[in-house]
Amino acid sequence: MSDDFEKQLVKQANQLIDHLEAGDNQAAMEAIEKLYQGRDFGLFQEIGKLTRTVHDAIRNFHVETDGLERTAAAKKEDQGESSRIEDAKDRLEYVIRLTENAANKTMDMVEETVPVSKELRETAMNLKGDWERLMRRELSAEEFRSLYKQIDEFLDFAGTKATNIEDNLSSILLAQDYQDLTGQVIKKVIKLVHEVESSLVCLVTMASKVESITGIQYEPSSEAREEEYLEGPIINAEERDDVVASQDDVDDLLSSLGF
Amino acid sequence: MKILIVDDFSTMRRIIKNLLRDLGFNNTAEADDGNTALPMLQSTSFDFLITDWNMPGMTGIELLKSVRADAKLASLPVLMVTAEAKREQIVEAAQAGVNGYVVKPFTAGALKEKIEKIFERVG
Repeated sequence: MSDDFEKQLVKQANQLIDHLEAGDNQAAMEAIEKLYQGRDFGLFQEIGKLTRTVHDAIRNFHVETDGLERTAAAKKEDQGESSRIEDAKDRLEYVIRLTENAANKTMDMVEETVPVSKELRETAMNLKGDWERLMRRELSAEEFRSLYKQIDEFLDFAGTKATNIEDNLSSILLAQDYQDLTGQVIKKVIKLVHEVESSLVCLVTMASKVESITGIQYEPSSEAREEEYLEGPIINAEERDDVVASQDDVDDLLSSLGF
Repeated sequence: MKILIVDDFSTMRRIIKNLLRDLGFNNTAEADDGNTALPMLQSTSFDFLITDWNMPGMTGIELLKSVRADAKLASLPVLMVTAEAKREQIVEAAQAGVNGYVVKPFTAGALKEKIEKIFERVG
């Protein structure tokens, strides 16, 4: 609230008391009327300033404002800057796409490799039985010739399968390249969030002035409360005591509840 | 043993599906939120439910409460696998009748242990 506005209010309030004490009711009514006018005028002024701040903030938020009614000059002023939020959304979508692709690619490779490794193990285990009998000199000449051939085949098989596994591991390694790319994109978005944050602080300061004149009280919407309740991954669990920091904490809490 | 996996992220469903396969559970089905999961649970006979908490549409806690309120499904074992880690949330899930609670990120060992413990208890 501006100082002038406050001084004016105090002055008019004092006049009102004077009139009432002097028993001049008509003058008192006029003073009340003036007080009202003063309040409305102050409010208009603050709303005017708020409107200007909102406009500046929107420009600083770099949001798409094509849908808003604005002067041609303002539109021209905004061009080139207005779509950075839109751009940030695209960038974050790109991060989701890249991480999802990497996760799927990695799982493809794992799902392909597990049976290969299983086949290697099973074939080796089958040969192991005959090999032990050979060591104990229990094999007939016929069986020995068969084992001889099987070992030869297995050595080729093992070589081929190992190459297959190495190729898949290498693909898994390459699939991690998203980390570098998404890191760069996220850093850009963080920078924009910082800029928007300072505009927002300005806007909130302005809005609180209007709130104080009109006596509006802010109640968070139920949707906001729901969002707050479902917080998702906790990134600073060590610094908080309302969250669990590990699976052990979960187990302790549940067992304290009789689980 | 038929298991329903409910998570809005397909990669997480795939991870859980793979871990379950390693544990010898090959018969799994997937749903992406409570609204798709509930009709599946009601129309097919599942032996086990693994669900995330925060999902669009119907959340995991609402799904758990619906399962417990449904006479046919009430005794279905439910394991919650979620990033939600507030103490009050874990207490809420316990009060709603969850059989196990695993916080993300989790290990294959933790998932295995909880599943085995639940089967041990329900028999």
